[in-house]
Amino acid sequence: MALSNWKQKLTPLDNEIQQLKSEMINMWEMVLSQLRKAEEALIKKDKDLAHEVVSTEKRVNAFELKIDRDCEDILALFAPVAIDLRFLLAVLKINMNLERTGDIAEGIAKFVIDLPEDFDSQLLEITRVSEMFKQGNEMIAEVMDAFEKEDTGLARKIFKKDDLLDQINAEAANVIARYIEKNPSKTASALYILSSIRKLERVGDQAKNMAEEIIFYSEAKVLKHKPKSRKSSPED
Amino acid sequence: MESPILKATNFNAFFGKNHILKNINLEVHKNNVWAIMGPSGCGKTTFIRCVNRMHELVPDATVNGSLKLKGEEIYDMNPVVLRRKVGMVFQRPNPFPTMSIYDNVIAGYNLNGIKLSRMEKDDIVETSLKQAALWMEVRSTLHKKGTFLSGGQQQRLCIARALAMNPEILLLDEATSALDPISTSMIEDLIQQLKSEYTILMVTHNMQQAARVSDKTAFFYLGELIEAANTKTIFTNPKHEKTQEYITGHFG
Repeated sequence: MALSNWKQKLTPLDNEIQQLKSEMINMWEMVLSQLRKAEEALIKKDKDLAHEVVSTEKRVNAFELKIDRDCEDILALFAPVAIDLRFLLAVLKINMNLERTGDIAEGIAKFVIDLPEDFDSQLLEITRVSEMFKQGNEMIAEVMDAFEKEDTGLARKIFKKDDLLDQINAEAANVIARYIEKNPSKTASALYILSSIRKLERVGDQAKNMAEEIIFYSEAKVLKHKPKSRKSSPED
Repeated sequence: MESPILKATNFNAFFGKNHILKNINLEVHKNNVWAIMGPSGCGKTTFIRCVNRMHELVPDATVNGSLKLKGEEIYDMNPVVLRRKVGMVFQRPNPFPTMSIYDNVIAGYNLNGIKLSRMEKDDIVETSLKQAALWMEVRSTLHKKGTFLSGGQQQRLCIARALAMNPEILLLDEATSALDPISTSMIEDLIQQLKSEYTILMVTHNMQQAARVSDKTAFFYLGELIEAANTKTIFTNPKHEKTQEYITGHFG
């Protein structure tokens, strides 16, 4: 029973919901752009780009507040039920997840701003941070696609993708420790990268949370706290 | 599980050849408040009028199938006896215009020729008006005509009149739709209090009211019972697409 399936004339609530959906997509695109810029800033050690990410974060926060207010207005004025209510509840949570993803991009950008001049780009390679960025960005993009198309099949594919982020994150401490042993003068750089990896692992978690909310509003299924193996199957 | 107080099994109702209710299967358990909902013409009022056999007062009206009250076929019962057990309150408050508040409450007994002592009558009037949350407002003016009361008070008087007969089931046919919000709220509060002693079926067009007040909801459409479930389920995750379309305002 997707929102997009109504053949009848749209009600005022339908129009509000469509507008809210557009706003969400706009915020999503902004956050994705922030992640991509943070990645580029890190790889190229581009402090100007990093400053741009930090200053754009205010717009992400403003978006979050507006979407929260719009949801509040719709709840108060229309008292939605069933799928409309579930959509509003999902949007409130996805809004929060997106804002936190924006915070992650800002956090990495701040690291870039503080990177020492002698930062060793080899660290990016050995820690596989570029892979993490690629996977995390893909997950955020795909879950946005799932939201726009109300495609729960697409949303379910997100859960498996988090495995790579978890794996790289789990290996990161050892990799960084070995690097610091060999390059003690580069400890600060190494620790910045470790922090970035921790943040990027959380991008995966945010994407998963958003996927859970899409499945909740479309299918009225709660996947929160279920084991990963049961999230990917439509029977659960 | 306790037997249902009201049970419809393959129940059909007709006005002449018009098939108004189609194979209705529904179980109503004691002390539940059921909201009966659906778009205009769906059969919801016809359904409750079958429960107290007002449907048959219309010429050419017929029924078939089973409709039981506490295991007894409603259509085998004496309709007068039935209508004591199944009280009804209508959309427009209708206290008897020539009677006092007191006489309105006790009217069921008088009209049925049931003799009561003065003390018994006083007791019934006071109890019923208290149950209808009207006693404190009218206790010193019981001799006044019922029609002198406000709309909300008149409706509560009608509820008291129905309760005076100690019914099993109370049928409310859009009982608040002609009232102001405050009176509506008072009657909704009353419904919550009454359900500990009575089973209530209320026809309503007001979905927010159904969501606020009822335990269970039955959705009718074109004479069929499309879905009947806990109100929470109907309003958060209805199983049937038509139910979802109706409660989200896409028709009705």
